[in-house]
Amino acid sequence: MLRRLLALIRKELQIILGDKQSRLLVVMPVIVQTAIFPLAATLEIKNSTLGIYDENHGPAAIELTQRLRAQAVTFTHFIDIDNDHQLNDAIERQRALAVIRIPPDFSAQIARANATPQLQLLLDGRRTNAGQIAAGYIQQIVQSYQQDLASARTGAITSTPSSELVARAWFNPNLDYLDYILPCLIALITTTGVLIVTALSLAREREQGTFDQLLVSPYTPEMIMIGKIVPALLIATFHATLILIAAVFIYQVPFQGSLLVLYAGIILYALALAGVGLFISALCSTQQQAFISMFAFMMPAMMLSGFAAPVENMPVWLQHVTWINPIRHFMEVVKAVYLKNAAADHIASLAWPLLVIGAITLSAAAVLFRRKTA
Amino acid sequence: MSPAVTITDLTRLFPAAPKPALDRVSATIRTGRITGLAGPDGAGKTTLMRLIAGLLKPDSGSIRVFGSDPVRDAAELRGVIGYMPQKFGLYEDLTVIENLTLHADLRAVVGRERDETFARLLKFTDLAHFTGRLAGKLSGGMKQKLGLACALLGAPRLLLLDEPGVGVDPISRRELWRMVGDLADEGIAIIWSTAYLDEAERCDDILLLNEGQPLYAGPPRDLTARMNGRCFLLPVPAENRRIRLAELASRPEILDATIQAQNIRVLIRAKTGSESAHFKFETGSAPAAPRFEDAFMDILGGAKTGASALTHILRDIPRDGATVIETRDLTRTFGDFTAADRINLKIKRGEIYGLLGPNGAGKSTTFRMLCGLLTPTSGEARAAGIDLRHSPARARQRIGYMAQKFSLYGQLTVAQNLAFFSGAYGLHGAGQRDAIDAVTNCFHLAQYHGIKADALPLGYKQRLALACAVMHSPHILFLDEPTSGIDPVTRREFWTHINAAVQRGVTVMVTTHFMDEAEYCDRIGLIHRSKLIAAGAPEDLKSQAVTDENRHPTMEDAFITLIERSGL
Repeated sequence: MLRRLLALIRKELQIILGDKQSRLLVVMPVIVQTAIFPLAATLEIKNSTLGIYDENHGPAAIELTQRLRAQAVTFTHFIDIDNDHQLNDAIERQRALAVIRIPPDFSAQIARANATPQLQLLLDGRRTNAGQIAAGYIQQIVQSYQQDLASARTGAITSTPSSELVARAWFNPNLDYLDYILPCLIALITTTGVLIVTALSLAREREQGTFDQLLVSPYTPEMIMIGKIVPALLIATFHATLILIAAVFIYQVPFQGSLLVLYAGIILYALALAGVGLFISALCSTQQQAFISMFAFMMPAMMLSGFAAPVENMPVWLQHVTWINPIRHFMEVVKAVYLKNAAADHIASLAWPLLVIGAITLSAAAVLFRRKTA
Repeated sequence: MSPAVTITDLTRLFPAAPKPALDRVSATIRTGRITGLAGPDGAGKTTLMRLIAGLLKPDSGSIRVFGSDPVRDAAELRGVIGYMPQKFGLYEDLTVIENLTLHADLRAVVGRERDETFARLLKFTDLAHFTGRLAGKLSGGMKQKLGLACALLGAPRLLLLDEPGVGVDPISRRELWRMVGDLADEGIAIIWSTAYLDEAERCDDILLLNEGQPLYAGPPRDLTARMNGRCFLLPVPAENRRIRLAELASRPEILDATIQAQNIRVLIRAKTGSESAHFKFETGSAPAAPRFEDAFMDILGGAKTGASALTHILRDIPRDGATVIETRDLTRTFGDFTAADRINLKIKRGEIYGLLGPNGAGKSTTFRMLCGLLTPTSGEARAAGIDLRHSPARARQRIGYMAQKFSLYGQLTVAQNLAFFSGAYGLHGAGQRDAIDAVTNCFHLAQYHGIKADALPLGYKQRLALACAVMHSPHILFLDEPTSGIDPVTRREFWTHINAAVQRGVTVMVTTHFMDEAEYCDRIGLIHRSKLIAAGAPEDLKSQAVTDENRHPTMEDAFITLIERSGL
């Protein structure tokens, strides 16, 4: 029994690693993605342009523009705008990510004690994310200017502000996006590997007739499934290890948690995902169908994993839907282990849905398998 | 009769291949004739076709098609050459008419010319009723006819047909021949490549290749004439025909021995004239008219005969006379189509049972139900006393299965395939090594151990598949078209193995569309239009087909008569 299973697993690995070409196919995508992804998927706003439309030119306006130029590190280029036409042009042609407009009566309003001076910030809605982040930066600068004004007004004698908010990001103290991306990458890359081994290779066996050959041999459908799951787990572990090494030694993102817990999480995740892959392969009879189904699952699953947009930002019903998405849970587990060395019970509270998803998908695949083969 | 193709000293090498695929081949192909390109698997037939079509460049030597170079003047020859590759490029998800339209568009056959051509070709191929059917749902014979129709678009003057007869049943094959014969009469030059010798014999000229070497060029009857006086028919009663056959085949002076109707057909090696006289005297056999296949066996030096090493691999199974395979009203429907209709079979231990029938008749459906790969809609199929569908995995340990389509792991090497399949059946350690060594010797696989299964010549793919099916010493062997598309020399070898297996008590169930192979079976079931229309020993079936005009029907005659008589 065990020997027969080993024969099945060895055969699978021989096919995956059989020749130079297929070996490259296993390793290259991981290397390329690990090399490019962290550089491309930048969540920071750098090297952007801010348009300044100063209609006032009063002392307060000059003070504010000076502060913007000096403090807004996000913006490296500034354009001065003199009329509405130029303003339209700057946003429309994407010459500026945002334009701040200082109304003609700005300085006058500041000078008056109880007035509320207005500022207008125009953002390029096509670049939603970047615009939001830019707006945040600008707001900070404007607020600090306001505070300074307020403290100046209450008199230099009692110049201590009533309260100050000091933000400190735990688990990623420098708010470095790499610290965020690399753990996510572990989840993304293992996903592809596992799905290819489970969903595609079985469909290929069906197409080439080798599946029939397995069915007439003394293997049970469950053994055939295990013969696909174990290689998938091995590939997932191998991929995750590659990225982990790159993250720690090349990108120097310190690994905080326990390796044992991380690998346990990877195996649990690969199991849940292998269930999805086998389920797909049990439904499809050709490689083409399996390929399309695999993408039909993978794209939304990645989009809704919390990597591209936080799950908390989704509508409540959609948040509930994402519960069935194994990538989402694994993403949380990886980040918790990698970045904050979370306690075992906390990890377990994040990881148990994976166990449930795995149990459901694997048994569903087994049922479909039996029904389709018998 | 002007030459359509002139080939001079043509050589083509493939990197990584030790021998040239074609070695200094010279030939002339004339218009208005069917030229057969014959030879065993891997002889270089397809390479030559592709060179003539301008899809490959020769390494040395030259080809002229109607005076032009097929590579340099490709544009000029495009409308002149019609090429039908082995796997014709039919789009299985398109209908018959959509496939035709696509090829017409590619060849710029448009307007009224297209309508006329379509009408003519559909009438010619008898496909007019099926224009709306998906190409993937056509039978093997109909696919080839559609392929031929597509190759005939644009009125070519040279038609290259690469093994058009493979996977086509005898009735469709006769039609295909009639159609191609008509084309030759119209003055088209036709090259028909084939591994089947009865096809080669029908050609006007043949070019016989073996391992890239030209062996013979000319009319087939001249080659056949070399066998005059060396062929004999020996009447042998059915009950000990197989034993006599094995005995005769192992005699050194005998080149080849096969079963033909009620006789064993014996070929005597050349330069043994006195012995042939001796043979005739001793056995009272009658001289027979030589056939092309006889000359072919002679020119290739005969089959590797002698005892099959399979007897050493398989464990002896006590012959208890038990019924090993049994079906009761076995039925399978796909939608409103009944693929197998109340099939009843009973097969005893140690029998060779042959399932015969045209393509799409329901052979494979019945076969797959017996192996437990397909659920019957109603009825029952039992093998070794067990319904294989519900059987525990242990029961499947007793069967060996060889699929119609090569279905081992193409990306694995021969050695890896052998290791996997022996491991799958629980062999390990010294037992596994011994089994692998034994089949390696038996099927001459040693030279291919490190080669990927996909890269094997067809004959060796089939050998490997059979090797993987017997390593665990099964009680029942299911062989689905094991000899489809392989040359007669290899086919002889296969039947030696099958006979060896039966001598050890293995029950063999085999499907085939070779009529001469049906003679090797103990009993035959004839399947036509999803029904078992006749069953019995080959003798019985042949005697049922005796008519006043035909007193000694061959298996093929019996097959056609019984199908016509069934009225289905």
